[in-house]
Formats: sequence, C-alpha cells, structure tokens
Amino acid sequence: MSGQPYRREGATGKTLRFRFDGRDYEGLEGDTLASALLANGVRAVASSIKLGRPRGVYAAGCEEPNALVQIEEPFPEPMLTATTVELYDGLVATGLPGQGRLADRPDPARYDAVHAHCDVLVVGAGPAGIAAAGVAARAGARVILADERPAPGGSLLGTTETLDGRPGHEWAAAEVAALEALPEVRVLRRTSVIGHYDDNYVIAVERRTNHLGAAAPAHVARERVWRIRAKRVVLATGGHERFVAFAGNDLPGVMLAGAARTYVNHYRVLPGRRAVVFTTNDSAYAAALDLADAGVEIAAIADVRQAPGETWAARCAERGIELLTGHVVTAALGEGEVSSVRVAPRGDGQAREIPADLLLVSGGWTPVVHLFSQAGGTLRYDEGLGAFVPGEIRQAVEAAGFARGVTTLRGCLEDGAQAGRRALAAAGFAVPSETSVPAAEEEPAAAPAEHLWLVEAPGDDDYGAHFVDLQRDVTVADVLRAVGAGLSSVEHVKRYTTAGTAHDQGKTSGLLTSAVVAHALGVDVGELGTTTFRAPYTPVSFAALAGRDRGHLHDPIRVTAMHEWHVAHGARFENVGQWKRPWYYPRPGEDMEAAVLRECRAAREDVAAMDASTLGKIDVVGPDAAVFLDRLYTNMMSTLKVGSIRYGVMCRADGMVFDDGTVIRLADDRFLVTTTTGNAAAVLDWMEEWLQTEWPDLRVSCTSVTEQWATVALVGPRSREVLARLAPGLAVDNDSFPFMTWREAEVAGIPARICRISFSGELAYEINVSSWYGLALWEAVMASGEVTPYGTETMHVLRAEKGYPIVGQDTDGTVTPQDLGMEWIVSKKKADFIGKRSFARADTSRPDRKQLVGLLPEDPGVLLPEGAHLVETSSLPEPPVPTLGFVTSSYRSAALGRTFALALVSRGRERIGERLYAPVGAELVPVTVTSHVLYDPEGARRDG
Amino acid sequence: MLLIPCPWCGPRDEAEFHYGGQAHIAYPDNPAALSDEEWARYLFFRDNPKGPFAERWSHTAGCRRWFNVVRDTATNEIHAVYRVGEPRPVTA
Amino acid sequence: MADSAAERRSPAAAYAARFEAASAGGGLRLAEIPFLTQVDLRVDPKSPAAERIGTAIGVPLPVEPGTVASGGDLEVLWLGPDEWLVLGPDGAAPDLVARIAEAAGGEHVSVVDVSAQRTTLAVAGERARDVLAHGCALDLHPRVFGPGRCAQTMLARANVILVAGEDDVRVLVRSSFAGYLAEWLLDASVEYVAGG
Ligand SMILES: [Zn+2]
Repeated sequence: MSGQPYRREGATGKTLRFRFDGRDYEGLEGDTLASALLANGVRAVASSIKLGRPRGVYAAGCEEPNALVQIEEPFPEPMLTATTVELYDGLVATGLPGQGRLADRPDPARYDAVHAHCDVLVVGAGPAGIAAAGVAARAGARVILADERPAPGGSLLGTTETLDGRPGHEWAAAEVAALEALPEVRVLRRTSVIGHYDDNYVIAVERRTNHLGAAAPAHVARERVWRIRAKRVVLATGGHERFVAFAGNDLPGVMLAGAARTYVNHYRVLPGRRAVVFTTNDSAYAAALDLADAGVEIAAIADVRQAPGETWAARCAERGIELLTGHVVTAALGEGEVSSVRVAPRGDGQAREIPADLLLVSGGWTPVVHLFSQAGGTLRYDEGLGAFVPGEIRQAVEAAGFARGVTTLRGCLEDGAQAGRRALAAAGFAVPSETSVPAAEEEPAAAPAEHLWLVEAPGDDDYGAHFVDLQRDVTVADVLRAVGAGLSSVEHVKRYTTAGTAHDQGKTSGLLTSAVVAHALGVDVGELGTTTFRAPYTPVSFAALAGRDRGHLHDPIRVTAMHEWHVAHGARFENVGQWKRPWYYPRPGEDMEAAVLRECRAAREDVAAMDASTLGKIDVVGPDAAVFLDRLYTNMMSTLKVGSIRYGVMCRADGMVFDDGTVIRLADDRFLVTTTTGNAAAVLDWMEEWLQTEWPDLRVSCTSVTEQWATVALVGPRSREVLARLAPGLAVDNDSFPFMTWREAEVAGIPARICRISFSGELAYEINVSSWYGLALWEAVMASGEVTPYGTETMHVLRAEKGYPIVGQDTDGTVTPQDLGMEWIVSKKKADFIGKRSFARADTSRPDRKQLVGLLPEDPGVLLPEGAHLVETSSLPEPPVPTLGFVTSSYRSAALGRTFALALVSRGRERIGERLYAPVGAELVPVTVTSHVLYDPEGARRDG
Repeated sequence: MLLIPCPWCGPRDEAEFHYGGQAHIAYPDNPAALSDEEWARYLFFRDNPKGPFAERWSHTAGCRRWFNVVRDTATNEIHAVYRVGEPRPVTA
Repeated sequence: MADSAAERRSPAAAYAARFEAASAGGGLRLAEIPFLTQVDLRVDPKSPAAERIGTAIGVPLPVEPGTVASGGDLEVLWLGPDEWLVLGPDGAAPDLVARIAEAAGGEHVSVVDVSAQRTTLAVAGERARDVLAHGCALDLHPRVFGPGRCAQTMLARANVILVAGEDDVRVLVRSSFAGYLAEWLLDASVEYVAGG
C-alpha cells in the first residue's frame, strides 16, 4: 500500500479500495479511476492499439483518448475511459491494449428506457447551462437539465473561480438544487446526451447505478436511455482542450493543461511533481498557477507566442516561473514516461532539455459542437478561437456559452441567461423583464492565441511519433502519407488513416487532424472543414440500447385464447410473425417426424383439430361492400350468396399475389374476410388505403375482428360426427350444411359461427366463437379424447399434399395466380380489379415463368431442403450454374407414404414427368416433376 | 425520429406511421386503355427529388388515416400537411 | 353471450395474482378489467345518422380528435374522423349494437361488437404515468393528457388505446398482446414497486 503519494494534503473523504492491473490501491470517495491512479503515481494506464506504446491519463473527462480500461469486477465491462469511471469500493479493473473483450457471462443488470417531454432541454450543467435552465425553470417552463458528470458545475469543477463570492462549484450545486425543487424541472446527472435528431428528438443515457459497484440495487435499472422530445434545446456543452503534434506527445506524463488543473482542484491530486507547460494561448497559465500553488514545481512555460497576456506573465514572475516566449516543445522524452522535455525557440536557436515528470499541453480549446452538427447545424471557422463554432441551424436549437465560442465566465453566464430567455419566448412563455446572473471575478485581459498545430520536425521522415490521434495511433507521418497518396478531403484522410474513428471519436484530435491535413495541403483549416459529427457522442453499451427489449420482451409474443392448453399439453411452438402457434404435439417418445405423421394420419383417417385463431379477420360492412371486394379480389365476390363462402386471392397492382383467404357473406351489406396469419394488418391497411385514397365514394367500412373470434378447425372424416355431438341443434348432413357455407349454432353451449371450409381436402369445419370462450370451446372439442390436436406442421403437410400454396412460403411477391396454377380464380368477366391490367403485360405471360409444381424425389425417403435449387443436368456445369427454380415446401407425407415437395420451376407445367436434379451438399438428388396436387386430385374427400 | 403532424391526432413519432411513397399518383381511370409503357409508368416510376417532395403517410398506429405531406428530402423539414384529395399546397 | 353455460376467460386472467402483488405498495395499481363491452362504430359524423346514434345511446359522438364523451354507463372514444369506440359494462353489447343499428335508419353505419378484440388493463396510482412513459412516446403530463382524453398509440411494441383519468390510465390492448403487455408492465413497474 503506497498511501496515495500524489494525493494533495488535506484531501478528505471515505477511503475506497480498488485493484488495477493486479495491484491493490486506495482512493477517495469522489475519485474517478483516473484520479485514483494518478494519486497512486500510476502513470502508464494502458497501451496503444497498433504500436503498443505505453499511455497515461491525458484528459479528465469523456474526451480521454488514452486511458482505456476494462472493468473486471463486479461485472465485466469493456472499453471504458478511466476518467469517467467513478471509483467504488471493490472495483477491479485492468488497462487495455486499445481494445477490450466482451463479458463471458450474461449481464445480470436491468436496463431501461423512458420517454420525456419538455419545453426546454439544456445540455450541460456548466455556467451557461445552469444560467439558461434557471431562467426557463423559474418562469414555469418544463425544463430538463442533463449533464454527464455526477455533480453540476461543468468547467467550474476544475477551477478556483468564484461566483457571488463563493467557490463556483458550490454556487452550481446550490443553484441546481434550487431548480430541482421546482415541480416541472428534471435534473439528469451522470447523463450523456449522445444523439440529437430531427424535430429535437434527443437521446441521452443516464448511468444510474454503475458508480455503486456491487452495492447497486438489483431492481434499479443500471442505465436508462432517455428519449427526449424538446420544444427547444440549449446546447451548453462547453469545450475540449486539444493538444499539439510534437514528438513523443503520447508519453505518459503528457497531459492536457486543463485536465491537470481539474485533477489538482477537483480531485485533490497532483498529476506530477515537476512540470513543463507548453501552450498556444492564455488558458494554460491558470492551470500552471493552480498547480504551482498546489506544490507542483513549474520548471518552465513554453509559450509559442511572443506576447502572452500581461497579467499572466506578471503572475508567473511573482512565483518565479520561467516564461519562455516564442518557444515550442519539440519532444517529450523518457523511457515509458516523461522524464524530460526538449524546448526550443521557434525557428533557429538552441534547444534545451528540461527535467520534468509532467508536460502540460494546451493547443487551445474547441467548442463541443457535436450535437449542434448532428442536429443539422452548420459550422463556421472562428479565426480568433482557432476552431469551428456553431453557424446556422433550422431546428429550435441554440448553443450557449463556450459551445458557441464565448470565452469568459461572465460572458458564459450572460449568454446562458439570454439563451434561456429566447427559449422561453419560443416555447410561448412570458419572458421576465430582467434576469440576474451571479457575479464573477474580473478576468485578466486576454491576449490572442496563436494557432500552432504542429511542431515541425527537421525532415519529413521524422514525424513517426507526432501523434494526431492517440487512440488510433495515427501520426503526422500517416497523414502525410495519405495526402501524398492524393487524398485531399479530410473525410478521405479519416478513412485512410482511421484518425477520428476510435472510441473517443476524435474529441481532442479531430481538429488537429484537419489542421495537419490543411498544413500538408497548404490550405486553410477553415476552408478544409471538419469530418461529419455523428451519434453517439460518447460510447453507449448495447445493453442500454436494448433496454428491456430483450428476452421474452424482445418482441411481442402474441398468443391465442387457447394458448395455456397448448402449453399444458406439451405443444412445441412455431413463431409465425409475432404469434406463437402450436407446431406439433409430441407424445412421450415421439420426435417431430413421428408426431407429424401421426397427426396427419388422424386428420386424413379420423378426426383432428387445430387452433386456427391467428387467421386475420376483417368485417367489411356497407352498401358498397360487394363492389369493393370485387375490386380487391381477382375473382367475383358480389355473386356470393348470403350464407355462403368463397375462397379468394388478392393481388397487388403489379399482378403478384398479395394474400389469400375466404370471404364469408353474412348479409347483403356485410362480409367477413379472412387473411393469412402474417398479413392481417397489411390487408386491413390495404383496404383502408384504397378506400381512403382512391375510392372515397364507396360506402364501406372495415373493422379488424381478428382477436374478437377464436377459431377451431375440426378436420377429418369423423369431424361431422364430432360436430354433431357438440352442436346438437345443428343439422350437419351434407345437404343441410354443404361445403362452402356457414351456419350459426351453439357448439358446446357457446354461440358459434361454423364455416364448412377445408384447407386439407378433408371434410372439415371451422368453428368461430367469441375469444372469451376460445379455451372453453377447445376444451370441449378435446374433452372426449378422440380428437387429435395438430399443429402448423401437420397443417402445412396436409395443404401441400393438396397443392394449396401458402402466401409468403410458396410465393415471394413475384408470383401470379397463373403461376400457381390458379387461372380459374382470375375473373374474365370483371371490367377491372387490382392487378388485372398487369396480367396483360408481356412479363406475366412469359412462357419461361416459374410455375408451382410438385416434386417427388426418386428415393422416397429423401427429404429435400426448402430453398434447394433445381437444375437440368445430372452433373453440375461450371458456374454460373443455370437454375430452373427452387423448392418452396418439402415434407414427409403419411398419406403418400413418401416425401414430396412443392417448387417454383421455370416452365414447370411443361416439365411434368421430367427428371430434374436438386444439388444438396455434394450430391445431385434426382426428382420427378409432378402436378402440384398430389393427394385426392378429384376432391372426393371433402364431403366426408 | 421525425415528429409528423397527423392532420387529425397532431404531432406523433414517425414510428406510428407507414410511408406511402409519392403522392398524387392516381389509379388510372381505365387501366385497360393504357399501353404497357403507360401502365409500367404507373406501377414502377416515381420521382426522387432532393428537396420538397409530396408524399403519402398513414397514421397506422393512431387514427389509420392517410394524408399527404410535403417534406424536404434533404432536411426532413415538413412544409405542409394536407388531406387526401386536396391539391398540393404552394410552399416556399 | 354472458349467459352461456361455458366459462369465459379474459386475456390477462393469468396475471391477476402478479398484478395484485405489484399493487401492494399503493403507488401503483395494476389490474385487468375483463369483459367490458366495446363496440366499434363507423359513421359519417356529419350525417343525420350520427346525430341519431348520439341521441339513441345518450352520448353525442365526440368530434374533437383524442377526446372522450361519456354519459350513463357509456363512454365514447374518438378513434378517427369517422370512427368511435363505445365502451360499456359487461354484457351491454347486444343491446348497444341493436340500438345503434336501429338509429342508423338505413344509412351506412358500421357497428361491430369488438368486446373480445381487446381487453382493458388499468394502470393507476401516482406512478401510473411514470410507468407508462417507459414505453409510450406521447406526452402523458396531466395537463396534456388528462381526464376526457384518449389516444391510439404504441405502448412498448403493442398498439393500444389509452384512456386518461386523474391518476389512472386505462390501456386497451389487443387480446393476443395482453400477455406481452402484462409482462412488460410488470417489468417496467419493478422500480416503483420493489424496494419501497
Ligand atoms: Zn392520426
């Protein structure tokens, strides 16, 4: 135990124990992993991804490019920045070589998402953000204030600035607490706004229990995605400091000046003992002085300018800090970490090596414009700042404070308050006549910065350790190579070098990369522009994005009224869209093949029942209902008599089959239409589309009744006998209740509509009851024990034996009714129906169209895989192999005593009797083409 | 996630809507009278401008009404929302 | 149908005990209200039939989108410019359908009993809106979505009709989705129920 040798004296707080790279350390409550490692003198935290160079803590926030860590305990989490991991007792972490590894166990934590609405969303709880939120909140607006850190204050957290005479961070905490007490204000801490989309749809991720470690309560979602819709957004996102490209600028011990200031002031940690400061602007002086006051020896300040701010120069002189104006750092030197810094005058002059364990760098500050840009805003280059700042934006968004280039604390507070006033006005609130901001100290007059990006090396070959993107190990040499290869767009250079594509998305390096490209091309960085900013601003865990949409909540599971019975009776289920449908009901010792053969035999030879409730059902009502259905279906529906049922096919306007089902005429002006299970919603939408957009004159209304009705299909030669027993009041003989008619009767004491239709070719009935009685009906059908329940697999086999296609299995949106051998269903009498004109197109009458046929493998035990292709020759020619078509359905048939398949085959009907081959693995399986109707082609069985 | 103003229900998330492609493509009065090319134009040809575009949307998760929107395909700005059957309004 | 000898079962019946357990704290109350009458009505709001129907059922059809009109034991929800859902107590459907059909008087009116098409889940208590906000993109603030308002929208991945109350929202969900939505509500409620 080292006792935190770099901890400042007087730092207080609870001691936390943690383990990093296998060693035990102590930190203090309020630390990040980065500050705790610095307190313990750990300089090399990670190693770089390509070059394996040691890397240390570079920044103090989410912009950190170097200090990538993996949490090992309490739960593995890869690729975090040590600067954003709050320390907790028992944390175990390791430094990463540029990339992490996923957890090897399921994440036990909960994750969720929530929608929120507000008048004003303020992103960033620094001075500008708090001022904006305060104005809006006190006027009664619904305000959300989001900040990525655990405590509000933003830049105030790292400085010694005062507001209203007290430390700035104390003002921030008190002000935010006061706002939070207002009823319409929500403060989101530890919340990163990661995406800003159209119409002020803003996505944020709140880290709610990550910082509690093993003490996190299991019932609280660890992370929460906020989906915020804001009337207006104020982006008070502050800035990121950037570094300068010089040799060895990646060595542990090189750190952004502002970050060092934060470590000293906020975390009470000394990032080193003896520092050299390298700066292009005034901001590093405040850092240098704060470090000096905390006991860090400032060996020298190398300022690229000849004329730094006078006040700053005077303050350095007071403390005896050597100020080297017109100087640059040409190299950071040391084995594994900084031990000295080479400083030289710009241009000619003698270089000097200064011993130091810390090199503070400030290449200036870049406004965080990511969200503004994501929201559609333009950016413009600000010469004074040497950075891109927000320009125009169409959305109700504005940037405030440093995010739009305001550099003083007082200016940021006032700018925030003004943004708050504008937001109020835009959201329709009365704007208060005056708003006050806290009093800030006078700041020294600023001297202009000089935008130096690159410290030039003696020759073009000497740029191999001038890093522009630390996380991707991209150097000036790489950029020069890209430009030398002819790339002149920063977007292209980004893709060629990978600069800016890492986990940190180039927060500290993006502008530097652009500037080095501009330098190499001899153009202005303002002209060259930046790469596109895209969400997410900071990395997001997939678990957070998934939220509670995983496991059994990943997608809705739709079930019928009879579902509990199916579960209780051992059904295996098949997913059909979102529905869980019984697939087959294995008996003890049965596999799927055996169960399905048994169920098929029961349906063909005895009596069996299936839950058919999932079929779509639509009530079509109105005086023009018959006209409407005539236009939708290829066949005639208006001639259907009340009490009767007709099968129908719908096509799209291009003539391709869209859906099929039955049409039941309930009354002159009332039909019940059934659809396939998967198309229920699509068919209803289709009907509404035509009624609303093309035929508003038709007096027709369509209402979904899919779940109003539960349906039991009762199938087999003995189905009549079973129905007669269940419905003693119903005349079931063939004359009283013929095929394709419906009757109303009580079945098992339940009012029911019984339809005599068949999807198997057998005598069959579909019994429909209110879905409240679905389970009761099913139990009544099953009560005697003589009816075999069957599932979708048996249903598929039975219908395939009869050559009945399944839309979406035997069709794919390129198949006409004629291709399916259903010319009979396409009316010649009707003047028009949807799809009719397309049947006269040359394409739909091509003789080589694929047609539905049956296939019998020559070996009756061979089951063809669905999707298998079909070729003409018994050996495969050189690719490309001409394919004639493919298998759409394939089963073992109990009735046929063999396997069979349906297939779409070019000129298929001409080929009946021909031998074709299906390449299956290395083999070519010979098959014989047959009619698609393989069982009972005469239709002798349907009347029982 | 666009916020689309349904003329009936008011602004709702894009996820509640289905897109219906270009607006003002009427089903031909007498398809049988059209040449193959004219019919193919009805079936398959649509504009794809960068800029304002009149398109159809249906509020499928809400009132299930179809309506028309003039949306800038480059910026997603919605210039106008109007009911089926109404002419495309003049927008800037 | 209520007089049938067979036993009815509501779509979320299996969740009764878990709903009750989740409601124990009082901040949130979950329950299925089964077997309510729901009748879908399509009629031109400007037609004489619409007015006659309003008179016949004692509730004028609301014409402002997203509003509810009520009278007696009936509520009428605006679902679309020519579509309403009439809610009533268990068993009221046959009489309601007959009254509406009679009031239609030969004009084009579609009236369909959809009582079993959806079931009603009541989400009540001071945390009701917080729970729903986890899956509903609408602004549920009581000033925006308070008593007298309804909406068709998505809750999690299910289509629903929401009917706002003071401190409760009724969720009308398609019967096949009821189990999914019950599971979702229970999961979304964990933070508001467990741990105090
Ligand atoms: Zn709508």
